[in-house]
Amino acid sequence: MRSRIWLAASAALALLASSARADPAWDAVLAKAKGETVYWNAWGGDPRTNAFIAWVGERLDKLYGVKVAQVKLTDTGEAVARVVAEKAAGRDHDGSVDLIWINGPNFLAMKQKGLLYGPFADRLPNSRYIDTAHEPSNVVDFTIPVDGYESPWRLAQFVFIYDSAKVPAPPRSLNALTEWIKAHPGRFTYPDPKDFMGASFLKQVLIDLAPDRARLSQPADAAAFKAETAPLWAWCDRVRASLWRKGVEYPANESALIQALNDGEVDFAMAFDPAEAASAAKAGRLPASVRVTTFADGTLGNTSFVAIPYNSPHKDAAMVVADFLLDPATQAYAQNIDHLGAYNVLDLAKLNPEQRKLFADLPSDPALPRPQDLAPVLLEPHPSWMTGIAEEWRRRYSQ
Amino acid sequence: MRAVNPAARIAYALLGGPILGGLAVTASAAFGYLPALGRTHVSLAPWRRLFAEPGLWPSLRLTASVGFAATLLSLALAFALLARRPGGWLGATLTPLLASPHSAVAIGLAFLIAPSGWIIRLLSPWATGFTAPPDWLTVVGDPQGWALTLGLVVKETPFLLAVGLAALAEVRAEPQTQAARALGYGPARAWWLVVTPQLYARMRWPLYAVLAYSLSVVDMALVLAPSHPAPLSLLALRWLTSPDLAELFPGEAAALLQLALVGAGFAAMRGLEAAASFALDRLARNGRRASMGDGLAPALAMGARAILALGLGSLAALALWAVAWRWPFPRALPQSYSLRLAASEAASLAGPAATTITLAAASAGASLALAVAWLEGEDRLGRRSSSALIFLPLLLPQIAFLFGVEALAAALRWDGGFVAVAWAHGLFVFPYVWLALAGPWRGLDPRYAHAAAALGAGRLKALLRVKLPLLAAPMSLAFAIGVAVSVAQYLSTLFVGGGRVATLTTEALALSSGGDRRLSGVVGLAQALVPLAAYLAAWGVGRRT
Repeated sequence: MRSRIWLAASAALALLASSARADPAWDAVLAKAKGETVYWNAWGGDPRTNAFIAWVGERLDKLYGVKVAQVKLTDTGEAVARVVAEKAAGRDHDGSVDLIWINGPNFLAMKQKGLLYGPFADRLPNSRYIDTAHEPSNVVDFTIPVDGYESPWRLAQFVFIYDSAKVPAPPRSLNALTEWIKAHPGRFTYPDPKDFMGASFLKQVLIDLAPDRARLSQPADAAAFKAETAPLWAWCDRVRASLWRKGVEYPANESALIQALNDGEVDFAMAFDPAEAASAAKAGRLPASVRVTTFADGTLGNTSFVAIPYNSPHKDAAMVVADFLLDPATQAYAQNIDHLGAYNVLDLAKLNPEQRKLFADLPSDPALPRPQDLAPVLLEPHPSWMTGIAEEWRRRYSQ
Repeated sequence: MRAVNPAARIAYALLGGPILGGLAVTASAAFGYLPALGRTHVSLAPWRRLFAEPGLWPSLRLTASVGFAATLLSLALAFALLARRPGGWLGATLTPLLASPHSAVAIGLAFLIAPSGWIIRLLSPWATGFTAPPDWLTVVGDPQGWALTLGLVVKETPFLLAVGLAALAEVRAEPQTQAARALGYGPARAWWLVVTPQLYARMRWPLYAVLAYSLSVVDMALVLAPSHPAPLSLLALRWLTSPDLAELFPGEAAALLQLALVGAGFAAMRGLEAAASFALDRLARNGRRASMGDGLAPALAMGARAILALGLGSLAALALWAVAWRWPFPRALPQSYSLRLAASEAASLAGPAATTITLAAASAGASLALAVAWLEGEDRLGRRSSSALIFLPLLLPQIAFLFGVEALAAALRWDGGFVAVAWAHGLFVFPYVWLALAGPWRGLDPRYAHAAAALGAGRLKALLRVKLPLLAAPMSLAFAIGVAVSVAQYLSTLFVGGGRVATLTTEALALSSGGDRRLSGVVGLAQALVPLAAYLAAWGVGRRT
């Protein structure tokens, strides 16, 4: 008993010590990182995220002499394919990718193929602020244990976007949504499930309807897949004729759906970011009257991570970037709707009062839900379910 | 020992090496062999997976019908308009269309023809009664691929017209038709029987390039093609960019199938050529002289004008979006305007713009020099060098063949560098430059050079003082086409540049995945400005000479 108390005390001391930055191992990382450029491969479709990454680069250049160059991807798979090609060429030490914005199936693929460097995440001094208690998706990515091979930087949750001037009372459950679709033919659709967003919507329906929700956290096999997804296909069949374009064509992705909402072709869009409506309205991409909503019982949520490929020549500098992203001041900057509006991955209880104040002082926006307005987060199923339903959907609904 | 054409040898080495190497990687991966992923057993599994794909046959049918419809329609429209002997307005009309990237035209056109698009907005609600867009099935992404065909025709007709105009400058059309008319042939018959075959001979390779492009198009297809069934190129792309690395293999098999499809397309084209030549021969020999096709040709020429108008309308829509802030349905014009986006993008586009210009000048300049050396080498040898190899980049679906090039460049530690990217651009720029130049060059009356030699000029002097000035117009057009091809390069920049070489096009496609038409407008216009300048210069040279 006594030894346990001593252990706790020394752990607290160690924590104090590292918060004072007396961390020789980390100092060595900072020293090696100085003067290096980190090629951060990140989806480039969102100008606000691009601007945030540029800001990170400016800050890190001033603080530690580390430069950040964003490699703008149209799909994260490109970066995975690039590392594969480099491995194909036997290029094991000087790859071209230093850091990837990643999660879910891409993470699983790279982790399985041994294409990632690590574990590194626990070595980051700011990792002690991560919320591991209330946000399980920070440690388990689509049911795959993170194991220190990626480091979190923003929270994502599935939301519906609607125009409050046209839809005063949006549906808050799958049943209510089904009724709404039937009552308003041609005004709702979801992206093609070969896209991430479309597959996520089907997963949301799957979670709501599956006979045994717990089964979804295990890899899918043929029998379980048939049993758990049967109600999903019944739902798809039921609403199909009432969808936009009679369910024959589907928007290619989330952006195409948001554009259809802006053009007045549909009444709902979806996003994996609760701040999407507020930032789109600010940017003039959607009318000022747009709002977000979730199902009252909860919607899918996950965490965005950064990972370092095994052959990155700038691993130290990449870790400095990953650590800077977790800095409470950075997280508060990112959560500010004037900058990015990305929800933080930290446990505010672990912060000191000054750091907490940064979050309390953030500006509000009518289109921005407060954290307490959002329904509970439901964990992602195992990646095999996502791949499976995308394939089965294609078999059923693509002629 | 036979004398060799040194420039052709250099071109084979510079272009053929990476192409064949890349092809070898693609072909072996299509049969399951890729040691980097631990696959060292040759198998047919990727092909079984490919042929088990639901909707593969509808997809092949769609790909073939879109490819042929777009190519033949573009050719017919271009011929019909050339037969009207268009004036100087045509060059001014073609230039912006040639300069604009395919993806930008596709985005503009999609907005024009969508149920919530500009045409409906202009008619709503006063004529249509619509206050919300109609839920029509379906205008963009229709299952038969008409929208994609239309998009290709809008982009390829101007290309064939430009090539045709350059060829027309080489063919002595007026005296020949006058001679035919003096023999009693009607004006239209004289044109179609005498001039068109000569034009076709000079436009043949560009036409095959159009066919190959239309059969394997990616960027326009992403905007305009149906998704069920999707064209074969998108099917391959989806597999090749899948996070599940095992899907690379059926993706590479699909890439090889795409190659076979293009090969079959070429064979079918040869068949059509033989049939057309037989028919023309019969028409020329049947002794009839009365005019023919008097109704059809003007109708087609009207169609060509409508297509050009649609293209310009797409660009106008995009330009309007670039300065719009809010533009809700059914307003005919934006509700509010702002230069905020343009201003904020201008700063971040300056670097990529400089890279784009340097890459384009380097790859188009080197390609032009090599093409001139090649063709001059042929003249000196008195025989042609085989050019089949250099067209491979135009026939292979880029993404599959570039996977191999990327692996090779990485093995040589060459990726990520400016020179490597310029080289990769050259793979695609050189064939187009060569194509644009070879016809006019070979069509140049050899008596000019003979006369120069008779006057005592050496070969170099004859080249510099006689041939090149005579060929200034096609050379500057070839350079401008090279610039446009370089600026439009996406996958090659991305792969060989390791993503680290940012151009206007990589920025445009990264932003277009965010789906904001206003941003697409801003970046699309920036993308079009560089080739636009090159085309305007070429047009100026063409007018002067």
